[in-house]
Amino acid sequence: MEPVLTKNISADRAPLDIDAYEKAGGYQALRKALRDLTPGEIIETVKQSNLRGRGGGGFPTGIKWAAIPQGDKARPPAYLLVNADEMEPGTFKDRLLMEGDPHQCLEAFIIAAYAIQAQAVFIFLRAAYHESARRLSRAIGEARDKGYIGQQICGSDYSVDVVLHRSAGRYICGEETSLLNAMEGIRATPRWKPPLPQVAGLWGQPTVVNNVETLCNVPHIVARGADWFNNVSLAEGKDGGTKLYGASGRVKRPGLWELPMGTPARELIEDYAGGMRDGYELRAFQPGGASTQFVGPDKLDVPMDFDSMAKAGARLGTGTMIVLDDKTCPIGALANLEHFFAQESCGWCTPCREGLPWTERLLLAIDNGDGRSEDLNVLSMHTRFLSGKNTFCAHAPGAMMPLESGLGLFQAEFEDHIKSRRCRFRDSGGDR
Amino acid sequence: MLSEAEKREIEVERAQYPDNRAVSVEALKIVQRSRGWVSDDSLKDVADYLGLSVAEVEGVATFYSLIYRQPVGRHVIHACDSISCWVMGYEKTCDTLQQKLGVKLGGTTADGRFTLLPIPCLGNCDHAPAVMIDEDLHNDVTADNLDGILERYE
Repeated sequence: MEPVLTKNISADRAPLDIDAYEKAGGYQALRKALRDLTPGEIIETVKQSNLRGRGGGGFPTGIKWAAIPQGDKARPPAYLLVNADEMEPGTFKDRLLMEGDPHQCLEAFIIAAYAIQAQAVFIFLRAAYHESARRLSRAIGEARDKGYIGQQICGSDYSVDVVLHRSAGRYICGEETSLLNAMEGIRATPRWKPPLPQVAGLWGQPTVVNNVETLCNVPHIVARGADWFNNVSLAEGKDGGTKLYGASGRVKRPGLWELPMGTPARELIEDYAGGMRDGYELRAFQPGGASTQFVGPDKLDVPMDFDSMAKAGARLGTGTMIVLDDKTCPIGALANLEHFFAQESCGWCTPCREGLPWTERLLLAIDNGDGRSEDLNVLSMHTRFLSGKNTFCAHAPGAMMPLESGLGLFQAEFEDHIKSRRCRFRDSGGDR
Repeated sequence: MLSEAEKREIEVERAQYPDNRAVSVEALKIVQRSRGWVSDDSLKDVADYLGLSVAEVEGVATFYSLIYRQPVGRHVIHACDSISCWVMGYEKTCDTLQQKLGVKLGGTTADGRFTLLPIPCLGNCDHAPAVMIDEDLHNDVTADNLDGILERYE
């Protein structure tokens, strides 16, 4: 497949400067958008393209944009808030796009901002992404000097500014409404919806929040059309384009690959990642980050697109899979995951604040050989109490996905830990 | 009192945001860069300068893991403890780090050279276990290559 989002990204990730990016056809989609297309036409094209949110939610991007009050109902200023707070464990795709092709990111952000008639773009960047910050800052300076950012871009009557905001490290900021609070400089607890951010977001103004990878598709959709974008994808449902897939864990070649949306996990693990390392077997995998269910090898042939994964009782999430091998303790893995979610709970609602540490403590006890069989019932209860609409936001329900699936998939290992009062993985001196 | 240099940096940020509250995270980080950490006095300096209450700024400061409310060493080691790094041997790498430095997670070496902290996923999962020292990301960090990495930081 001809790479789309990664066509300018070399193995060492050295980014193109603005001249090289322009020479490679860069900023042509922005020129086309400003010259030939109305904001409404771009929104319609993005709707037709079936681009869905790559941050993990899979919400149709065009529909999200269309909820911005337009025309007579417009209520300026509007904002584009770019969610570059990549912090989902096991996810390392947006960093590639920001480090490897920062101008593609900017071109994408500016076209999207034009489509929703935003007066400013705020890039909310994860604090630990220092190299992304340096490269985006340099690119913003170059783009400003060339008139792609600022007043009357490319001779049009559209003006927009781009602000790079660097956060200070907290997973919950990546949640759409927490992001609004974080950006405003208050504790980043989630906000209630409605109102949607598109109606009342940053400082009460209409705001669209989009993930970096999602937006990077936009210049290509504008340049090549919605039909082309749909045809690139293998997905049967409404789910266009390519996907930046990844694999980490004990595979031979962990990495990232841009492939058609709907590529099955087997192809990723066996072909692109080179299979499992010698001496290791695949036990299970999380398709797209810490907050996706563990699935077993029986799901290797499910197309990795949003609808197919949902039908199989799983979630595509961010599409960067975490591979769990047969010599790593699955109970330890679950304890590690719930430690992360417990630590990153913002504390706003009680089930999440109190429930997540409880699951972590139970899992640690079982892992240490102090578990009791009743603990499994208590863990199972938590997967119900902390899911669905029982919590204020999606943080705890996301945390329960690996746990709920793990209680089923790793039942034998749970029972063995409890019965033998030890962890055989640890005691065998092997990998944990 | 904020220094003139700190104020100048904060003013650059202030020009980009519609109100002072939104500047508070950047201002705290500016003060942290120049002073190493954010003491109660530093926090009050930021609050006074931006016209915010100490409680508001404290609420923000304590929300984030990378605003240090205690002194740290000359270099801060952030060891990724999330799932991909854990699968690939975070526990061993972290045990070795703790032994070599003679501190537990959260501790600072007696000579003030290093502070050791855990950090969630660094987005470097294809090179796990990952460690970030100051602003440098290190790939595939194991007990065997730790010495060579640490000696670069004086």
